[in-house]
This record gives sequence, C-alpha cells and structure tokens, in this order.
Amino acid sequence: MPQTGAAGDKIFRLILLSAATILLLIIVGILLMMVQNALPSIERFGLGFLTGREWKAAQNEFGALPFIYGTIVSSIIAVVLAVPLSLGIAIFLVEQASPKIARPISFLIELLAAIPSVVYGLWAIFVLAPFVRNHLGVFLQNYFGWLPIFQGRLTGIGMFTAGLVMALMILPIVTAVVRDVLETVPQAQREAALALGATQWETTRVVLGNAASGIAGAIVLGLGRAIGETMAVTMVIGNSPRISASLFEPANTIASLLAANFAEATDEIYLSALIEMGLVLFLVTFIVNALAKLLIIGVTNRANNTRRA
Amino acid sequence: MANLNLTVNRRRKITNGIMTTLTAACAVFAVIVLLSIIFYIAARGTAALNFQFLVDTPKPVGEGGGIGNAILGSAIMTILASAIGLPIGIAAGVYLAELGNGWYGKIIRFVADTLIGVPSIIIGIFVYATFVMPMGRQSGLAGAVALALIMIPIVARTTEEMIRLVPVSMREAALALGAPQWRVSWDIVLPAASAGIATGAILAIARITGETAPLLFTALNSRFYNFYLDQPMASLTVQIFNYATGPFEVEHQMAWAATLILVGLILLINILVRFLTKKRF
Amino acid sequence: MPIKFLTIKVSPAAFFFCFVLLFASCSGEPFGRNRAAATDSAGTINLQGSGASFPKPIYEKWASEFGKIEPKIRVDYQASGSGAGQKAVLAKTSDFGASDDPMSDEDLRSAGAEILHIPTVLGAVVLTYNLPEIKKPLKLSAETIAEIYLGSIRKWNDERLARDNPELNLPNADILPIYRADSSGTSAVFTDFLAKTVPVWREKVGTNKQPSWITGIGMGARGNDGVMGQVKQTPNSIGYVELTYAEANNVPMAHIKNKSGDFIEPSLETVTAAAENSAAQMPEDLRFQIADTGGANAYPLASYTYILVYKNQPDAVKGKALADFLWWATHDGERFIRNLHYAPLPRDVVRKVEAKINSMTTADRLVLRPQKTEEK
Repeated sequence: MPQTGAAGDKIFRLILLSAATILLLIIVGILLMMVQNALPSIERFGLGFLTGREWKAAQNEFGALPFIYGTIVSSIIAVVLAVPLSLGIAIFLVEQASPKIARPISFLIELLAAIPSVVYGLWAIFVLAPFVRNHLGVFLQNYFGWLPIFQGRLTGIGMFTAGLVMALMILPIVTAVVRDVLETVPQAQREAALALGATQWETTRVVLGNAASGIAGAIVLGLGRAIGETMAVTMVIGNSPRISASLFEPANTIASLLAANFAEATDEIYLSALIEMGLVLFLVTFIVNALAKLLIIGVTNRANNTRRA
Repeated sequence: MANLNLTVNRRRKITNGIMTTLTAACAVFAVIVLLSIIFYIAARGTAALNFQFLVDTPKPVGEGGGIGNAILGSAIMTILASAIGLPIGIAAGVYLAELGNGWYGKIIRFVADTLIGVPSIIIGIFVYATFVMPMGRQSGLAGAVALALIMIPIVARTTEEMIRLVPVSMREAALALGAPQWRVSWDIVLPAASAGIATGAILAIARITGETAPLLFTALNSRFYNFYLDQPMASLTVQIFNYATGPFEVEHQMAWAATLILVGLILLINILVRFLTKKRF
Repeated sequence: MPIKFLTIKVSPAAFFFCFVLLFASCSGEPFGRNRAAATDSAGTINLQGSGASFPKPIYEKWASEFGKIEPKIRVDYQASGSGAGQKAVLAKTSDFGASDDPMSDEDLRSAGAEILHIPTVLGAVVLTYNLPEIKKPLKLSAETIAEIYLGSIRKWNDERLARDNPELNLPNADILPIYRADSSGTSAVFTDFLAKTVPVWREKVGTNKQPSWITGIGMGARGNDGVMGQVKQTPNSIGYVELTYAEANNVPMAHIKNKSGDFIEPSLETVTAAAENSAAQMPEDLRFQIADTGGANAYPLASYTYILVYKNQPDAVKGKALADFLWWATHDGERFIRNLHYAPLPRDVVRKVEAKINSMTTADRLVLRPQKTEEK
C-alpha cells in the first residue's frame, strides 16, 4: 500500500467497517430482543409450547403446533405448485428460447416479484377465493374428492387458497435462481450431449442432473420465502388455528398470527408467547435460508469460471 | 433391430416435443397470470379513480374520501428510509466487495443474506420494541426505520455484486499509479459501478414502497395529512389492507383504486429501470 | 448505457458527513427523549385514538364533524381492535383507547393511574343465518344459541329449535356455526350473554374477547365482515355480528329471548329500551355489561362501547381538547348516531358521563374550568 493517503485510507475503512457492522448489530439486536422477550414464555411453557395443540389466549394456554402445522403445510402447497412451473419456465428460458423471447418473458416474471404482498392479498380475497370456491375447488372435489385433503366444506378461504397465492409469490424467485443455476452449467456439457445425438430434452436432463443441488437450493429458498410470507396469507387463510386433514379448511400460520394479534396482546405472558412464536419463525427461516445458500453455493462455485455470457 | 431403433427414436422425439411444449406452456401460463392480475387491477381500479380521490383524506364511510395523505405518508417514509438505508447499505456493500474477503467479511455477507430472508413482520416487531416503546407512540420515523432495516441488506448485496463486476485491471492500474485505496474505490471503482448500484437502489426503493407488514405496528395509520415524523403516519399499503378487510363495498372499491396507484408506480419504476439500463438483474 | 442522471458527483467529505449524521440519528438519542409535543408548529392538537372496530363508523364521523367546529383539534381514530385499544392505553401509545368491553380489574390495577370508562354509544350483537327457505325471523334463546355453539344442537330441525319456532319449517340440515377468530369485543358481548344465562357455557367457554371455542365445531372468520361474508356464502350457517353490519348487508336477524321471556327483534328501539331499563343499575365506575336485561321490548344482546382515558391527563392542552371532544360527542354528537344504527346513551348515563368528564384533571387541577353543564 502506498504511504500517501494512509490517513484517508484509515477513515475510509472505518466508515465501511462501521456500515458493515450495522448489519451485524441489526441481527444481534433482533435476536437479543426476541430471546429476552420470549424468555417468560419459554420458562413457563418449556418445550410443551411447541407441541401444544390449543391456543387459548384467555386461559393463558399457548400451544404452537396448529400454527407450525399451518405454516409448514401452506408453504409445502406453495412449493409443490410453484416448483414444477418454475422449473419449466427456467428450462424454457435457458435451454430453449432465443434471447429475443427469453428476455421479455423473464422480465415479466420478475415483475410478479415486484407486486406487493398486500396486493396479492387483495386479489386473492376478491378473485382467487371465489375462483377456488366456485370452480377449482368444485373440480378437485368432483374428481379427487376421495382424497381426505380435498374433503370438507368449500368456502374459498383456507389453507389451499393461501398456498395458491403463495405459489404465485415465490414463483419469480425460484425461477430466477434455477435460471441462474442452469446458466452456470458449462456450455460444453450441452454441446457434448448434443454431439452424441441427444435430443434437446435429453440434453436438458443432463444439464438438470448437473444442476441438481442448485435446483434443490432454489426450492428450499422458495420454501423460506413462503414460510415468512405474511400479508397475503393473513388475508385469505381464515385465521383459525386448527389441524385438519382438509386443505379447504381455514388454518393459520405463525406470521399471520403475529400480524393479527401482536397489536392486541395486553398480557405480558401473551405477548411473550407471541414473541416466542416470532423467534420460532426467525429460527426456521434462518435454517432454511442457510441450507438454501449452501446448496446454491455448491453449484455456482463449481462452475464459477465457466459462466455463460 | 432397425425397427426397434426407429420406435425408440420416435418415442424420444415425441417425448422431446411434449417436454419442450410443456416448458413453453409454463412460461406462457405465468405471463398470462401476471397480465390478468394487472388488467384486473386496472379495470377495478379505474372505476373509483379520480383526482379528488388522489388528494382527499379518508372520510367517514359513505362520504367519499381519498388517499392523498397515504400517498404523502408512503413518500415521506420511503424517502426517509432511503436516506438512512442507502448510505449504510452502499457502504456495507463496498466493504464486502473491497475489504470483505476475511473472516469478518464472510460473517457480514452471511448476516446480510440472513437478514434478506428474515420475514418483514419480525422487523416490524423489532422496531416496535426498540423504537415505538421508548418513544411512546407509533410514528412515521419508526416506520421509516423499519423500511430502512429491510433495505440495508438488499442494497449491500447488490452493491457488492455490482462492484465485483468492475474489472480488476482498472483497480490495479490505479493502485500501480500510487493512488491510496480509498481514492481508487471512490474515484475509479464506484463510478464504474454506479449505474448498477443506482439500479439496485431504485429497485430496493420500489420494494419497500410495497411493504405492509413492518408498518402495521410501527407507523400505524392516520386519517390526516401529516408532516411530523413523531406522529403516526398513513401509508398506501396499510390503507389498502384496511380498506380490503373492511365490511363496506365502497371501501373495497377504494382499495382497488389505491392498489392501481401503488402497483402502477412500482411497475413503472421497474420498467423504467429496465429500459434505462438494458441490463438483466 | 449508464444512466446519466444518476451519476451525480458527490464529494467524499459530503458523503462522510451524511453518514455521520445518519449514524448519530440512528442511535435514537434525539428522538428518544422528545415525547410527542401537544401541539405542532401550526398549533394543531393531535388526539390519537385506537381500539374497537365496532364503533369505527361513528368515531370517524365524530372526528370529521368535530374537526369542522374545532379545526385546531385533529382526532385520529384507528380501528385496531378492542384488545389493541386497551393495550394502547396501558402502554400510553395513544391519547385515548376504545373498547367494547370494560377493562378487567387486573388490567386497571396494572395501569398505575386511574383510567376512566366513558360510554359513548350502544350497539347490539345480532345472530344472522343463511336459511334461504325460511322467510319469517328465526327465534332463539340463550340456551339454543349456546347448544348450537357447543355442538349439542347439530341440525336445524332439532326439536329444541322447533319448540321455539312452531310456525317455521326448519330443514333437516347440519348447522354450521361461525365465530370470530380474532380478538373481538363482539365475542366478549356474545359470550358474556351466554355465560350469564347458561351454566354449561360458563364452564366450557366462559367470557372472553377471544373465547376458547370447542374444537371441531364450526369455523372461525376474521372481523365482522369476515363472519358476515362467510354466513352469506355458506347455506345453513349461523353467525354473530354487530347490528350495523347486519343492517348494511340487509341479512335476516334472529329474535332473541330476553329475561322476561319475550323474543325481541334487534333494532335501535329495543337496544335503547335495554339501556333505559338497566340505567339505574349502572355502577359508579360505569363499567357495565347489560347483556340479558329484562323488561318489555328490551333486546338482551346489547352493549355499551367505551372510550378509555386517564383521569389525570399528562398534558393540559391535550387533556382539554380530549375532554371537549368527549363532551361534544356525548351531547351534540348524538344526532349523528342513529343514521349509523347505534343507540344513544340514556339520560341518566349521560349525567354520569358528564361527571366523569368534569372530573378529569391535569397536574392536580381540573381540566375543564369552568366545569361544563348540559346546555339543553
């Protein structure tokens, strides 16, 4: 390093370092705040909190299980619906379409991510829920009604509609990551497969095989997004903490519980239980996102130097 | 033998045809869904939209009213959040790109990615505990801080990516000429990456304009035009949420009109950025 | 093509300055101490209120009309739920709270200062149902309502329902009871009525804003409109909502049996009658649930709704504005309430409210000097 400007360098580094440290402070602050406020609930209910099935704020009885169940099941619905679609789109964009078609389409799909959550919620209340009640749900009950998940009363408000709208919301991020992952697969592999006489789809399968862990990462990332989704879900899930086999029944998720009840909680132990729910949500999204990152990094590192233009 | 080969080949071709059609159909389906949402918003939104609606404050049910104060509130909180979030986010991004190869940089990068994944409702609760409780009331400032917290990690990561795209040769050339590192960063690297950083910043601004969950407990809402940061402040998103979940049909209409404004603005920003940069993100 | 207008030259020093400034402001120090001032530079007094969603239409109307008389006072009411209203008062994040059910003794003790309950209007909880074939109003008693929500009456043609409705041909269909899933003053009034009259309800569910519903019976919906919408969309369902919302949606409302044994149609008149009949029993602190009153023409599922304020106001200017607003709302404001399907306070109760408003203090002095008296 040159001697001149050493002082400037020091100040410059200090500014950058403190800015970076703010990020660390934020996350430590969030963790500290949540653990501190959740402590009364943790001490009082212990592990039973996570396995309890009854949430009765009036009797100070707090069981998180229906919310955990609702969060997991609605997110799985979202992932199951979004992933095949995302894979198809990403394959189409990277492997099939010419850049002239791929660019506008991938831009339009990114626009889906730009639409705010509350807008999806509004749309889901007035368009998607009636559609599920009058058409999609009726269809599923007619043809797949023997499955317990499609039985029960069809109101349009419930787990299924929430999963459906979340699927739409995670579609862009899953598509974008799968697309990036596919693009890191060396072009030479495609050329080799094609040279061996493989069809385009067979070539794609080779590419998919090579990108498998990255695609898994994209799926997990989508799961992470779905788990934390709040506004759209709280508007259509029905806010009823129950564990029911039917997907058409109302349910509730952790994030939706927090949005609806955090402002209402007067009791200290109630507030503490809610913040413990927040802590659970935080830890779950943390683990899921870390897992996604590990999976994606594996692929992109391997092919870092062979990135397509 | 030859016959068998032929059928296998035929099957391969058919599979190929089906699968390529299916993938294309996926893309077409997604685009149709997007367009149908946008057109639905446009159709429902324009019905209740007029100039008075854009400047009025909310009124008792049945007396009209508008979203003027909500537009102002969203603008104030977004600008303030950007004023807090952009410098910190960009500086943190520069740190990650220029000095972030050690263990500390790895931690910060990991923290930034984690923060991006934290549900925004949790950010709202955090700011409620650290800002609203000590201040004694919900306020526009608390809302802006919550939005800034959402913005910082996003801006940091896009900034880092953009700076890393700047060719190493540029940096080395300047350093070889004896320039101090901060001069190199400030005068060479940042300007070279500035278009990318600005694009990332604008997209982050568009993103926080659409946030609702972090504002519910922090900025609350207000029925009035409010220029004071220590008072509860209206926002378009919270107003849409209240109107959408209200019991009256007139309120639902206003929710659609407000949505048209919000979505129109956000999509416009995205499209503008796209055309101005002609870059993919 | 780089975007030209975005590449503004900023000197490093300016950037550094901005950064330091922000860093300082982010620590919260300049804002933390500075409690919201009573008035801003334009001399406007902001009164922040939050709480119950049931009186939202009338409070917004009052805020708007009061603003026309007193343009310097801005009353900003946010409907965030009765529980949130009580919390806002306890945490002092609002200048006044609003709640459909009175605060508990425990919460009042934890406040550390005296909180006044100011009743403002009366409303009613009505049972609405979706039975397209049935044209005449359904008749229900506390017992039959409780048994429906406890799951012991499961069919519409149950003989216990038939006994009260001999003239109706009730269908052989499953009843779907719909309840409020969120914390709600409406639920508090509804469960209070049932707990007062049906012992088994008191044991199994009790009285609460967020009652412990019997698992597997019925389904939850969010908000008055959520219940309303669910009932409208689901044949053979029944739900409870505020009178205002039922009137606005033009749905059938059950007649409910009161203490005197009469089936009473919910309306402004019958709610007013319930209030008049019970006004004499109003306790000193005005915390009063009037569910299950008797008397001719008295609807049993009626309730007061309250504004909650600290007796000793921390700020003289705000305290005066708040007292003025409360006085105006319970006097001149009365003429706006009938259009919105609320019932006015009985005269006797208005007298008691006057005494409460007059008793508000700030820094050991009365807020209202001279004390107000009724002009009429």
